[in-house]
This record gives sequence, structure tokens and C-alpha cells, in this order.
Amino acid sequence: MQLLAAILTMIVGVLACAAYFWATNFILDWIFPSKGLSGAAASRNLRITNAIRPWLFLAPALFALTIYLIYPVVQSVWLSFHDRGGQSFVGARNYNWMINDGEFRQSIFNNFLWLLVVPALATFFGLIIAALTDRIWWGNIAKTLIFMPMAISFVGAAVIWKFIYDYRAEGSEQIGLLNAIVVAFGGLPQAWITLPFWNNFFLMVILIWIQTGFAMVILSAALRGIPEETIEAAVIDGANGWQIFFKIMVPQIWGTIAVVWTTITILVLKVFDIVLAMTNGQWQSQVLANLMFDWMFRGGGDFGRGASIAVVIMVLVIPIMIWNIRNATKESGGH
Amino acid sequence: MNPSTRSPLTWAVHLSVLLLVILWTMPTAGLLISSLRDKDQLAVSGWWTALATSSRNDVARAPSADSQVERDGKFVISGNLLEGRGGGQISAFGFSSREHGKFKAGETAELNDGERLTVQGDGSFEIVSDTKMEGSRGQRIFYTAATPPRFTIDNYIEVLSAAGIGTSFLNSLTVAIPSTVIPILIAAFAAYALAWMPFPGRAILLAVVVGLLVVPLQMSLIPLLQLYNGVGAFFGVPAKTYMGIWLAHTGFGLPLAIYLLRNYMAGLPREIMESARVDGASDFDIFVKIILPLSFPALASFAIFQFLWTWNDLLVAIVFLGAGEDSLVLTGRLVNLLGSRGGNWEILTASAFITIVVPLIVFFALQRYLVRGLLAGSVKGG
Repeated sequence: MQLLAAILTMIVGVLACAAYFWATNFILDWIFPSKGLSGAAASRNLRITNAIRPWLFLAPALFALTIYLIYPVVQSVWLSFHDRGGQSFVGARNYNWMINDGEFRQSIFNNFLWLLVVPALATFFGLIIAALTDRIWWGNIAKTLIFMPMAISFVGAAVIWKFIYDYRAEGSEQIGLLNAIVVAFGGLPQAWITLPFWNNFFLMVILIWIQTGFAMVILSAALRGIPEETIEAAVIDGANGWQIFFKIMVPQIWGTIAVVWTTITILVLKVFDIVLAMTNGQWQSQVLANLMFDWMFRGGGDFGRGASIAVVIMVLVIPIMIWNIRNATKESGGH
Repeated sequence: MNPSTRSPLTWAVHLSVLLLVILWTMPTAGLLISSLRDKDQLAVSGWWTALATSSRNDVARAPSADSQVERDGKFVISGNLLEGRGGGQISAFGFSSREHGKFKAGETAELNDGERLTVQGDGSFEIVSDTKMEGSRGQRIFYTAATPPRFTIDNYIEVLSAAGIGTSFLNSLTVAIPSTVIPILIAAFAAYALAWMPFPGRAILLAVVVGLLVVPLQMSLIPLLQLYNGVGAFFGVPAKTYMGIWLAHTGFGLPLAIYLLRNYMAGLPREIMESARVDGASDFDIFVKIILPLSFPALASFAIFQFLWTWNDLLVAIVFLGAGEDSLVLTGRLVNLLGSRGGNWEILTASAFITIVVPLIVFFALQRYLVRGLLAGSVKGG
């Protein structure tokens, strides 16, 4: 029933959208006709329609982008200088609070740990797997299986890994894989996700597990794009496998590696679901995105502090944003 | 590479890829296998032992003295230890928790008050006494039983009928389908304008779209929530509606959609459009009749991305749809179950598999387009 209503709304929405584009174009051509007019008038009208039409095409998208992305950025910055309800101006008090707040500093520290470890390892594994699977006949099957976690939600992945980290008291049979292995080698079972500091790494494993497939797909395409001649020349010069890979192939795909790295970096900054589902920030595993969610919705909510944490995340993203824009404009410069 | 390098190194490559594949698939495999196991077995043994016969120590209480019957001048209490416990094979038994294995199945054990207990391998037992037995509590019997592996879909039946997963499944579909379709059309028109229609400010606009690709979602939550509350109060409608979340997902998905589609459309041959224009076709005609059909691969890859993202999303859903019992999407339901049923792995594994099965189907069926989309739009950060 509800699904039916959704599909109906969707059809209505799509039709309305199509109707908008069709109708505005029709009206434009009706007001400024270019057919059946004499030279000067026709070309004048053609010029006008050509100037207006792009904006008709862009209008809905610009509207949505403004409401859902640009306005919120401005508003968040504004809110971050206001109190919990957003009414009165408090200056930099939210930022002051933040710097002195132990949990915030913990989150920043953890976020930097994530930023150091996850993009590096995901890119590294992705590169290795891409290079290895390109050499074997069942490489595509292997790639598909390693790529698969990408389709799994962070929450689903959290359940999967929580099961692996599951802990039973010493002496009883472990049903979590990690503890079972540890016990089999004579170690003591641990409640992995409650170990301060180290639990960060157990959570990071989940994101690495998900993102390696992404890195692998992109890097594999880049490796295939390397001109054969460079590799052949290296072989003739007597380079061995390692030298070919690290000195000939990797330097040629630095650009792609950087793209993969930054993409995963941005994802890491936003990581929220995994921490929420695994520890909810307990045992010193808090990260910025989850801390912000806490301040927004728990305990009555403090929009000022929540917004100021969001602004911090935004500021961390800005360098990558600028880098992306510069790359994109360089690429499309010729077009 | 070339055949002359076929050597131990080739084997090393095969082996290491195999190892990596196992490493990457095992977590999911563990979940799937566990969700199909009997819940009693799931709770006491690892999923990797699923195919092995598991042996467990257990205790049962014989019926009380009331149920004794007189037979050949002797008093007998009989029954079956494994009744209602899923079958199996008893290997040994005893009378205390320290003596699970004191007597082998089939042997007769002497109890201290002259009663004799025999337990057979199939679980049937007899307590025989020369005198009339007394006492209201039955004799406790400790035993070791080997249970054959058991697979069942009971966990799924239980989850689907009770835990509200069914409702959430529908909610997720209701959120994901329109959130996937609506942005495509809007983005396609904008992408065409950015790719093929000259106008002042096009380069800046494109730069803005690329910039917006990485804006953290978190920025939008508080302002939009306030906006929704304001709009809701103004029109007297609830602030948390499906319409609201569809539009939110549309807004958040647009930068990637525009970027992907523009890149693809910009790569289409200019001649097609020019010859159509010479024939008198307007931009609108060109877009609808030529560009849109040609862009199908790009549209498909964006659709897959957006569907996976909206289906798997947790944050947008709990903020804009709420965490109420009726409005929870699958990911939200799963988080709640993690909190409330943290130890019930039979519920968690089955629920988790239900939440990931749709994206997995989409993934395996349409992987080709997904890869193509990734390669075209790798600036986006999830």
C-alpha cells in the first residue's frame, strides 16, 4: 500500500518534472519563435532563446543544490556562532567549548588515526590486489568477490564484524572468529571493541574491508591504461618484477592513486554508521561525525555545538575540495 | 605476462589472491552460514564448525516418582532425554555436572539408593528400582550428546514475522526507489546544459558542482531539519515525511549525478548534435531524442550508485524520517536490534542478511555498470 503510494508519487514527480521541462521550452519557443520569421527577427529571437534555455534546463538542479547543500553550509556556519536553540549570538563560545572538551579532542585524535590508516591501507591493498588479479585467469571472479563488500551497508558490515569480534568468557567455546583463532594459538580471548585505543583499529578494519574493492577497481583500470612499451622497455633493460611494479608502473598512476586516496579520505571524515553501530563512541572510539550526531539529537540537542562540529568536518574537507576543483577545471579546460 | 615467467612466482600469485579472496569473503560467508544454523547450535559453536557434528553437554530431569509404573514386581520410570531437543546421539552420561562422561551409553549405572539407570544411545532411559520410589523431584541426568549439523530457515521466519523487519523492508523500498529515480531526470537536463550549451558562467557552475561533491552530509542536517520543521509548521503538515526524505536524497545525490552525466555527455561525438541541429532540431529535441538514449550506460551507473547509497543510508533516514517504530528503515532497525538483542545472533544474522540481500542482488546483476560509473566519477567521496 505504502509502496504503491511511493511508486505513484514517483510517477507523478517524474511526470511533473518532464512536464516542467517540456512546458518551459514550449513557452520559450512560443514567445520567441525562430521559425517562419524573416532573417533579423529570427536570429534575434534565436539569440534570446539560446541565452535563456540553459537556465531553464539548469533551474531545478540549481534550486535543489541551493536548498540542500549551499544554504545548509552557510546556515551551519551561522548556527555555529549561536546558542543551542540558534536564537542568540554567542561569538566563538562553541569553538571555545570544543577546544576544551575532552571528548572532542578524543574525536579529533581518532579521526586523524582513521585518516592515517584507512586510506593508506585500502589504497595499498587495492593496488596489490589489482596488480595480482590482472595476471591470473580467474582474476575477474576474485575482483568481484573482493569488490562485493562495497554493496553492503555500514550497519550490515558492522553486524558482520561484530560477529567476528564476538567475545565469550574464557573457557567457554568462542563463536567469534577472531577470539577462536586467538584461543587456538593459546592466547586469551579479548572483548576487542572495548579495548581503548586499539578498538579504533578494529573499527577501521571494517571500512578498509569495504573500501579496498573501490580502490582495486579504479587502480586496476589505471594499471591497464599504462602503455605496454614502458613495461617492455623495462623488461629489456633487465628490470625484475618488483622494479617494474614500483619504479615503472606505480609512478605512472600516481594521479589515480591520489584520486582514490582523497576519495577514501573524504569518506573517512564522514564515517558515522560504523562507530554508531559498533561502539556508539564508547571506550574512547568517538569520531567527529558521531559526536556531532550526539550533540544534535541526544539530550535535547544543542544545534550550536552540533553545527560547530559540522563546520570542523567541513574545514577538513576544504583542501581536498579545492584540489578536486583544480583537477576538474584542468581536465575540462579544453572543452 | 609471458609464458617464460611461469614459475613458483605464478603459484605465489595464485595463492596470495586466493588468500585475499578468502579473507574478504569470509566475514560475509560467516554471517550467511550462521543465519541458516539452528539457534541453539549457533549460540555454542563457531560457524566454521557448522558442518561438523557438535558435541554438547546437557542435563535433563527424569519424571518424578509419580510416573513410575510397576512391572514384573519392579518399579520403573522411563522416558527419553533427547525428546524435544532436536535429536542426536548420546555417548555418555552421569549424575553430576562433573561426571558427564562417567558411563557409556547402554551401560547400567547404580544409583546410591539401589536404583539402576540405563541410558541408550537414542536417548531413551529407564530407572529401575526393587522398591517403590519416592520423592517429588525426578533424578537429574547429565549427558554428552553429539548433534548432527542442522540447517534451518527458522531464523528468517522468526525475524520476518516478529521483529518488524517486514515493515522496515517496505520502508526502505519506499525511500530508495523514488530517491533514485527523481534526481536522474533533473540531473540529466542540467548535465546536458553544462556539457553542450554555451552560456556565461558555465565553468564556474561546473566548479561549484565538483566542490559540492565532497560537502559532508553532516553540514546539511541541522539547517535542513530546521527548514523542514518550519515548512511543516507553516503548512500544518508533519515535518518528517517520505516526500522530505526523497527530496533530501535528491539534493544530496545531484552533484554526483550531474558530474557523472556531464562527463559522459561531454564525451559524445559533437557531429551527431551538429547534424541534428542543421536538420532544425532544437536543444530540447536533441536532448530527448539523441542524448538521453545514448547516455543510458551513465544513467544506469548513477541509478545503481544512488540506489545502493539510499538503501544503505542510515543517517539521512533517521534524521528526516525519524526513528519511530513505523518509519524505521532496515539499517535503522538493524542498529536498534544491535542495541536490544545484541546477544541473539540468530536474530541479528538473519536480519543483517535480509538488509544486505537487495544491494547484493543489485551488485551482482549490474556490476558492469557500477564499475563503469566508478571509473567515470571517482572524485566523489561515497
